[in-house]
Amino acid sequence: MLKKEDKIFKNLYGHNDWNLKGALDRGIWENTKNILDKGSDYIVEEIKKSELRGRGGAGFPAGLKWSFMPKDSGKPHYLVVNADESEPGTCKDREIMRNDPHLLLEGCLVAGFAMRAHDCYIYIRGEYYKESSNLQKAIEEAYEAKLIGPNASGTGWDFNIYLHRGAGAYICGEETALLESLEGKKGLPRLKPPFPAAVGLYGCPTTVTNVETVAVAPTILRRGSKWFANLGNPNNTGTKIFSISGHVNNPCNVEEVMGIPLKELIEIHAGGVIGGWDNLLAVIPGGASVPLIPKSICDTVKMDFDSLIKVQSGLGTAAVIVMNKSTDIVEAITRLSHFFKHENCGQCTPCREGTGWMYRIMKKMILGNIDSKGIDQLLNVTKQIEGHTICALGDAAAWPIQGLMRHFRPEIERRISEFNKKRKVA
Amino acid sequence: MPYITINHKEIEFENGMTVMQACELVGIEIPRFCYHDKLSIAGNCRMCLVEMEKSPKPIASCAMPAAEGMKILTNTKNVENARKGVMEFLLINHPLDCPICDQGGECDLQDQALHYGFDKSRYEENKRAVKNKHLGPLVSTIMTRCIHCTRCVRFSTEVAGVDDLGLLGRGESAEITTYLEKTIKSELSGNVIDLCPVGALTSKPYAFKARPWELNKTESIDVFDAMGSSIRIDTLGKKTLRVLPRMNEEINEEWISDKSRFAIDGLSKQRIDTPYLLKDGKLVIAEWDEVLVNTTQEISKRGKENTLALSGKFTDIETLFSAKYFLQSLGSNYFDCRYDNVQFIENQRASYLFNSSIQEIDNADAILLIGTNPRWEACVLNARIRKAYINNDCKIGLIGKKLDLTYKYVHLSDSIEHINDLLNNNSPFSEVLKNSKKSLIIIGNSAINYRDGKEVLNVCSEIAKKYNVSNNNFNGFNILQQDISKVGAVDIGFYNQDFALNFDQNIKKHISKFNPVVFLLSCDEINHSILEGAFIVYLGHHGDDLAQLADVVLPSPAYTEKSSTYMNMEGRVLQTTRCYHPLGVSKEEWKIFRALSNNFSQKLKFNNLSELRNEISNLFPVFKEINNLPPSSKLDFGSSTKIEDRVLEYNIKNFYMTDVISRASITMANCTREILNKVA
Repeated sequence: MLKKEDKIFKNLYGHNDWNLKGALDRGIWENTKNILDKGSDYIVEEIKKSELRGRGGAGFPAGLKWSFMPKDSGKPHYLVVNADESEPGTCKDREIMRNDPHLLLEGCLVAGFAMRAHDCYIYIRGEYYKESSNLQKAIEEAYEAKLIGPNASGTGWDFNIYLHRGAGAYICGEETALLESLEGKKGLPRLKPPFPAAVGLYGCPTTVTNVETVAVAPTILRRGSKWFANLGNPNNTGTKIFSISGHVNNPCNVEEVMGIPLKELIEIHAGGVIGGWDNLLAVIPGGASVPLIPKSICDTVKMDFDSLIKVQSGLGTAAVIVMNKSTDIVEAITRLSHFFKHENCGQCTPCREGTGWMYRIMKKMILGNIDSKGIDQLLNVTKQIEGHTICALGDAAAWPIQGLMRHFRPEIERRISEFNKKRKVA
Repeated sequence: MPYITINHKEIEFENGMTVMQACELVGIEIPRFCYHDKLSIAGNCRMCLVEMEKSPKPIASCAMPAAEGMKILTNTKNVENARKGVMEFLLINHPLDCPICDQGGECDLQDQALHYGFDKSRYEENKRAVKNKHLGPLVSTIMTRCIHCTRCVRFSTEVAGVDDLGLLGRGESAEITTYLEKTIKSELSGNVIDLCPVGALTSKPYAFKARPWELNKTESIDVFDAMGSSIRIDTLGKKTLRVLPRMNEEINEEWISDKSRFAIDGLSKQRIDTPYLLKDGKLVIAEWDEVLVNTTQEISKRGKENTLALSGKFTDIETLFSAKYFLQSLGSNYFDCRYDNVQFIENQRASYLFNSSIQEIDNADAILLIGTNPRWEACVLNARIRKAYINNDCKIGLIGKKLDLTYKYVHLSDSIEHINDLLNNNSPFSEVLKNSKKSLIIIGNSAINYRDGKEVLNVCSEIAKKYNVSNNNFNGFNILQQDISKVGAVDIGFYNQDFALNFDQNIKKHISKFNPVVFLLSCDEINHSILEGAFIVYLGHHGDDLAQLADVVLPSPAYTEKSSTYMNMEGRVLQTTRCYHPLGVSKEEWKIFRALSNNFSQKLKFNNLSELRNEISNLFPVFKEINNLPPSSKLDFGSSTKIEDRVLEYNIKNFYMTDVISRASITMANCTREILNKVA
């Protein structure tokens, strides 16, 4: 369990003042100049050493990503913070922006400086009204206190932060679709390569990074990369905010050390599964787009990137969706399928045509109203989508169904045979 | 050059190529729907997936830049499966209406389904249906067939420069539409029909007329503007059903204008297919012998040395040549091609050619347009200017009335007077021209169809020399001709000094003085009143206004019915091909003049087309080589006179109806009504 003094998000629950005054009390913006004075190479190096991995879902090493920014491109550099948190089950960035916005802003300055960017855009999900108003207020406070703006925090570095509200499309959380949307176009993912670090916002070098990743950076730099790296397991270091929802007695966001066993996480922080641990059916450990894991795996699995990949799932955004035995698991996954059918951009063929097809088969599967080949056909369709699309939404749409089939195939086969029996009788 | 390995074979490729292009180097064709050479890369159809070593996922070869040491596999099981998967997705919501689809037989989806499609469908759900959109009188839509490749959207925004088409909605409900259900306002809109890989966008006038495999396909040249675009004419019997562009990087790339494509229904309307003779104030059908005898008598009666011939928009070199030498054999030098009063300087080729060549527009970084609306005078050329504007950041200045050219330009003045300022360094565009590396001046007919036309040419030439628009290596002084006949007519000397500067007045003077026989060689755009007193012999294929005033009407074939030589605005010699025999008893004009010459002392020296062409190229060696760009002409004239104030009005008032064929076309009439005259 994470010690109190190791917590980075000290006002996650909003018990204290979120304004600048409260932030200063918590040590945010304290001698930011000292960090910046050590130079951008130092910052990138420290982040690399801390083994911080991106908190947005893919888990790409953050220091490495920051180091992709060219040294002297002759063009302006941009830092874009992805606050378009729309993955079902995920609500961690919301709490940061609502209750501790200055933590994010300080992170922006540090990360932006490390990338030689003078401008930072925060692209916030349109539905996050309170969050964006708090964040805007915080930006104004920071400007007033000369923490950002010209000569930010007295470092000699000019740094501007702009808040941009999205319009609620899930796909705009994909980094290149986000850039398109930010440029005022329709949010359609771009082809890669070129990657944003080379050709990003307005054709300039850009790094798009998650709110949580940015927000933890100043603390890492203050307390040293070693401290951060010592938390958790090798290659899966530090702390992480877990959003626990579903059939638990006490759904919550909680900052915990990376690699905490799932069972411990649920039992200690979320008050346990409704009806007891034995009433657990399955858990989606990382938001809607990762495959679910059944109870047998939940018993022992550790919550970090590598452990979850080993069990053919993923940490994703660490949004733990708990489902107990009252759940119709097929219907639950069907609902996710509907989400991806509704939210895909329609740009490339596999998603546009495939997600709707999958959803319709899934819908029949709730009752078992398909023939016995249906399961394999559905799996085949997921394989036809996976990896063939421009962005990762195709994969995200395919995985939950693959996870369901991997662990609950007998349940579906039972429904099919029951349905057919009933039909014969009728 | 760098190397790439494709299917274990190492090949060299040029930097900047994509994987798809590299594959094409070794003859491996990658299936595709959304990719198109001339458009930006969308990478959305996912049909061109190939395997790349070290990449866990297959990559879209159309979008992936080829790089040194890359290892690509195009023939593996995985690639095959990926493409089959994509094909299945495309087909699940595509209607099975190939038998009633106009694209059938030339449909990319149909062809590729043959290789990658399944014979049975696994899809048991309902297919998606999409409401059809009204895109105007030219493009018909069956949107359920759309596979969302966005070629049409990219074409209209990038090439045509109109933001009329777009993809609305997302996911399954994404639709190509014009946002507010309106007509596409572009003169290039027909090209989306060729671009559409399926039958979602098809030709409205051609709907259900024929199947591609029943058509006779003839490669020919377009005559509706002075570019001489390469086209393919699809005919069925004696009907021209379609005109499609052919690839020609030097002239039209892959596009043609809507007029070139759709005015062809005019070819079967209001045609003259038999000779007519005026008897008792009425034109009556006559025999060839009769009309020729009649014409001969009139020529002799009215004084053969005063006989006049005037050329028109479609007059080919063969006609001009035979008419000129027929008249000269009669002792007359009265012929002219300045029916639109557009001036040039005698014996100065540079004063009537598009000297820089059309292709050079791509490299220009500054273009000065003087009295021209290229969007209507040569639409495809205008698309090139737009290309330079986008790719080269080309600065464009316009002297003439303001108009929408699909790109941004600096409006310098309404009046031609402004060229004085340019010459004196007083124009806001002077700086631009000075700083440019390759600049062009494009002078339109509207600037030089007035009595000061020659002076304007001279001043512009001075400007070109002053700002280094033309120098020893390059001549950026261009005249944008409107008619395909013009340059050739001037080149073979089909003009008379007496008629310069004020065509109407001079011709009128000549006719009222001599009352001669006037040969109108498909000449339809002149003022009727100037012909008063003349004996009018009309040679042409359409019964337009002037044919009705004629005393004798001689039928001649249209451009699809004869092989004609033309010279385009660059001075490039081009030849059309006959697609079918002329209608009725119409005869090529050179045959008519040859026959007429029999009735006079001096016979013309040719007996067939090849003899005629030999004769032409003997006397005018420029016509020897076909399709080649002539060496650029020097700018050997110029003087700085002060040009008077004159507001430049563009002479084309209706793009869709500029000549006898398009005026006879119902499609063009529909376009005029729905596109031009409709208040948006």
